[in-house]
Amino acid sequence: MSALLEATGLTLRFGAVTALDDVAVSIWPGEVVAIVGESGSGKSTLLRVLSGLAGPEAGTVLYRDPDGTVHSLLDMPEASLRRLHRSDWGFVHQNPRDGLRMGISAGGNIGERLMAAGSRHYGAIRAAAAEWLARVEIDPARIDALPRTFSGGMQQRLQIARTLVTHPRLVFMDEPTGGLDVSVQARLLDLIRALVADLGLAVLLVTHDIAAARLLAHRIVVMRRGQVVEQGLTDRVLDDPQHEYTQLLTTSVLSA
Amino acid sequence: MSHAAAPIETSAPLGAPASGAWALRTEGLSKAFTLHLQGGTRIPVLQDVELEVSPGECVALAGPSGAGKSTLMRCLYGNYGAGAGRILLHHLGETVDLASADPRLVREIRRDTLGYVSQFLRVIPRVPTLEIVAEPLVARGEPRAAALARAGMVLARLNLPPRLHGLPPATFSGGEQQRVNLARGFAPHYPVLLLDEPTASLDAGNRAMVIGLIAEAKQRGAAIIGIFHDTEVRDQVADRLFEVAPIQEAA
Repeated sequence: MSALLEATGLTLRFGAVTALDDVAVSIWPGEVVAIVGESGSGKSTLLRVLSGLAGPEAGTVLYRDPDGTVHSLLDMPEASLRRLHRSDWGFVHQNPRDGLRMGISAGGNIGERLMAAGSRHYGAIRAAAAEWLARVEIDPARIDALPRTFSGGMQQRLQIARTLVTHPRLVFMDEPTGGLDVSVQARLLDLIRALVADLGLAVLLVTHDIAAARLLAHRIVVMRRGQVVEQGLTDRVLDDPQHEYTQLLTTSVLSA
Repeated sequence: MSHAAAPIETSAPLGAPASGAWALRTEGLSKAFTLHLQGGTRIPVLQDVELEVSPGECVALAGPSGAGKSTLMRCLYGNYGAGAGRILLHHLGETVDLASADPRLVREIRRDTLGYVSQFLRVIPRVPTLEIVAEPLVARGEPRAAALARAGMVLARLNLPPRLHGLPPATFSGGEQQRVNLARGFAPHYPVLLLDEPTASLDAGNRAMVIGLIAEAKQRGAAIIGIFHDTEVRDQVADRLFEVAPIQEAA
């Protein structure tokens, strides 16, 4: 077995700000990796570069497809990258509006991604949409409702259903619980935890929520000022942090 | 410290087929903490710990409070990183060093070889008790139905009534949560099991039950390392004591 996605030497500057400074990370099949750090640490930029949404100034990102062929993301034609995002990969945005189409129904949002991946049978698509609504704890009776009539938590769960319906191997999540109330966050985290375990997904999760990282992630990558300052097994990084910044981060958290 | 014992005669080569009578063995295990937020203060806790535990043996860590018993336990589980030395285990027929294992290998070792019962249950919101106990069994590839059945049996043995099995343990008492934790640790039959104060919040009846579970695990050949403040429990389960002494501060 080898890494699903492997990045080395990633560097990216925005003017005088170094967003990524010689970053190396990898993720293996079935592994949940959390990238933590404060705002401006470069963690969201890293997610965008790893998923091919932004290009670095230097470095490589290698992706191994289901056949075992290794692709260099930065040399990949635009069309191949789009195909990857439609099938093998998923992206869950912090704001559900960025991942959903607000003008089409809940069922349509799920079905659209299935159709993009090649499904054509209307009845099967609708059945899959209903099944996934139930899986993310949305009443399937709301299948024809527009997402804008949903609460923030429901919209986020719908985005997750839309992303996972094609059974991607690798899912990128950018602060998936970001804008939600605490009680809604807990429900969403538990839902993500259960789905990830059931489907055996690899997940790259960006979060500033240490408790969420502890609950979901097998491994943690700690970033500050564009650099990876520490990475390793989740409970070891959080309980026995080595770097000064990680020590600050873990002692600044109020434990619930 | 009692680890000034015999020198290591044969350092086990890594990756070699498992051999030797021990189930867990530490070589020169040391651990210090550096507190960067307190001006880089360095606190050495363990130095050159040489511990060897055989299959079927229960070793109780002894020593005054603050001597490093809990730190040693956490190092043995890989929760704290070892500063120096090796932590050798037999994992799926090979000798592995937990101290230098990468995160993926640590997770595998924890899944198949090394169990840990902490003092407190880390509650996962909304997950029912039965699922929490069955989870490590399912992770090892046991069929779900069989895993849930076994989880229910172990919980029942620990006197946790079936009406509680479907509830998340967040609202349980300390003693009930401790028993959920114990069930989760004992259900998978790990070859090496670490117990941190397993009877701390239990009444006499449940303490006796835990003593029985430990005896059975030993019978099966499990190596057990524990911290037992309850000397009555300790005397009943431990084959010997391993003294963890505070490090003498250099003058």
